[in-house]
Amino acid sequence: MAASANNPLLIEVKDLQTYFFLHEGTVRAVDGVSFNIYEGRSLGVIGESGCGKSVTAQSMMRIVPSPPGREVGGSILMYLRDGNGAAEVVDVLKLPAGGPKMRSIRGQQIGMIFQEPMTSLSPLHTIGDQISENILIHEKGVTKKEARERTIEMLGRVGIPRPQRLVDAYPHQLSGGMRQRAMIAMALICGPRLLIGDEPTTALDVTIEAQILDLIKKLQADLGMALMYISHDLAVVGEMSDEIMVMYLGQVMEHSTTDEIFDNPLHPYTVALWRSIPTIEGKLERLVPISGSLPSPFAVLPGCRFFSRCDRRIPGVCDAAPPPLKEVVPGHLVRCFLYQ
Amino acid sequence: MLLYIIRRLLMLIPILILMSMVAFFLIELPPGDYVSFRIQQLKMSGVEVSEDEAQRLMIQFGLDKPLPLRYWQWVSGIVLRGNWGWSLQWNKSVNEILSERIPMTMVISFSALIFSWMIAVPIGIYSATHKYSIGDYLFTFLGFIGVATPGFLLALIMAWLLFTQLGFSALGLFSKEYLDAPWSWAKFVDLLKHLWLPLILVGLSNTAGTIRVVRNNLLDELNKQYVITARAKGLSEWKLLFKYPVRMAINPLLSTVSWVLPGLVSSTVLIDIVLSLQTVGPVLLRATLAQDMYLAGSIVLILSALTVIGALIGDILLVLVDPRIRFGRLAK
Repeated sequence: MAASANNPLLIEVKDLQTYFFLHEGTVRAVDGVSFNIYEGRSLGVIGESGCGKSVTAQSMMRIVPSPPGREVGGSILMYLRDGNGAAEVVDVLKLPAGGPKMRSIRGQQIGMIFQEPMTSLSPLHTIGDQISENILIHEKGVTKKEARERTIEMLGRVGIPRPQRLVDAYPHQLSGGMRQRAMIAMALICGPRLLIGDEPTTALDVTIEAQILDLIKKLQADLGMALMYISHDLAVVGEMSDEIMVMYLGQVMEHSTTDEIFDNPLHPYTVALWRSIPTIEGKLERLVPISGSLPSPFAVLPGCRFFSRCDRRIPGVCDAAPPPLKEVVPGHLVRCFLYQ
Repeated sequence: MLLYIIRRLLMLIPILILMSMVAFFLIELPPGDYVSFRIQQLKMSGVEVSEDEAQRLMIQFGLDKPLPLRYWQWVSGIVLRGNWGWSLQWNKSVNEILSERIPMTMVISFSALIFSWMIAVPIGIYSATHKYSIGDYLFTFLGFIGVATPGFLLALIMAWLLFTQLGFSALGLFSKEYLDAPWSWAKFVDLLKHLWLPLILVGLSNTAGTIRVVRNNLLDELNKQYVITARAKGLSEWKLLFKYPVRMAINPLLSTVSWVLPGLVSSTVLIDIVLSLQTVGPVLLRATLAQDMYLAGSIVLILSALTVIGALIGDILLVLVDPRIRFGRLAK
């Protein structure tokens, strides 16, 4: 993580634990995750469905559905800087989730784009109404007309054609790609310091996906904000991020710069992920899926969480005690007994 | 929008024609007619009716003419002269009987509907946002009792309690002295004094179901992604609740407007009889028993017309609140 240290710290997540308390048992969706996000830099989070990527992001926004979910441990320090660079440090987990301070962080400091552009917007309100609402919540003294003007400008910026007209469109009148552009406009309208993209292109066609990714990258550079990009698509995450965090069953398995992870993947899980996607350069061969499937989310495993599916497991070692997350090479963290 | 309404209004015409036929023929369907009912009555009171006499009655009431002709006379009377026919049983014109009762029925129906929504919607919202709390269980429990208690029984109990405890006769819609008096402020106040009991009783029968509808709809909506999106914007929970999911959850209620009216009229006949309200329900019941077909046919026709119009109103309301139902606006 040393590679990012030149930029000032924006968010510091330490040992975050978010559990879901269900009738069937407790799901430890996020179990001791730590990472930093720096101003203007981008962090990619990758992992299979159910590995806790989205819950981590939801915890940062304090929008984990509760009940049954709850952040039970750790801290999320947010550095709120004013114009002079003086920072106020807030532990987001200590704030009441529905309180005014937390609400001023949501939408204003952190913008979020969700996976499903079809369902993420209210079908009963125009996109202009839903976008300008963000301004009206966070900026006192802005008239509806000004908010509308800014909304139209933002819609133009995210590449929606004829924004003066489409500002009054309802979500069902727009295509999936256009809706996702509207979502981006909504997330960015208040100029947040961090944009969280929770699989924002998963539901889109490949060609539209490329457009949206380009748009997000361009806006990130223009606005100088940090980006946390969550996806299960390696190529996309590699494209979007300065550094990559690989998650599995609520834990960080590997964390390093994008180049390092692509050139020198260490954790067997990361290696397996790499083998399970096709490459253009490589010779045509069968893809190797990761054997088995995720263990039961309720299981409490004494050893490494990847043990049951790992092809390099060491019986007696890996299933006996959990491996620690260790910096093997400077700036390259791995949670695996092979590198202790 | 205007075009849509005009088109819907035009579609009303064939529907109403068909309905008038169905209404009329349905009432004709059971064996016998008003004369046989009359003769039966007379026989029971000990008067023998001869064949000739019966024949004379048939001609007097116009029952000897063939069915299509009678239908035509009835319908053309309504359309051309606004004359709904003659009630054989009451010996009065149908217009006269219904002119007081139809407005009264509508007043009770709609105020009962609004009353039940005023109670049911907030409770439904509370129950959904406090799912499985004590309050939720309490309202569910009360709701089931409300559904299970027959309205007429409740009406009897309430009327008896009011009379024995307070000496207040809750029967009818007016006190005796105003019954035939022309409309005045005092009569209106008197109406309000009597209206609340039937309003609550009729309304309550509808309330429990509405609570469940609102609660379940809202529970569905609360977990939708757009609610999380709105929360991620930093909207306060209270504003969020009413701007997004509640609006979605209430939509289905609007489409129920259409069947509320016939539902309230037919399901509350017993309450109306117990409280001796001057509404349409009891009249319809008696008219059908006596095969007084012009009166019964007229009531059925008016009720079905109101149902169709109610459906239209419900649809227009839905179009107004739900942009997805609107057509052709803002073409791409």
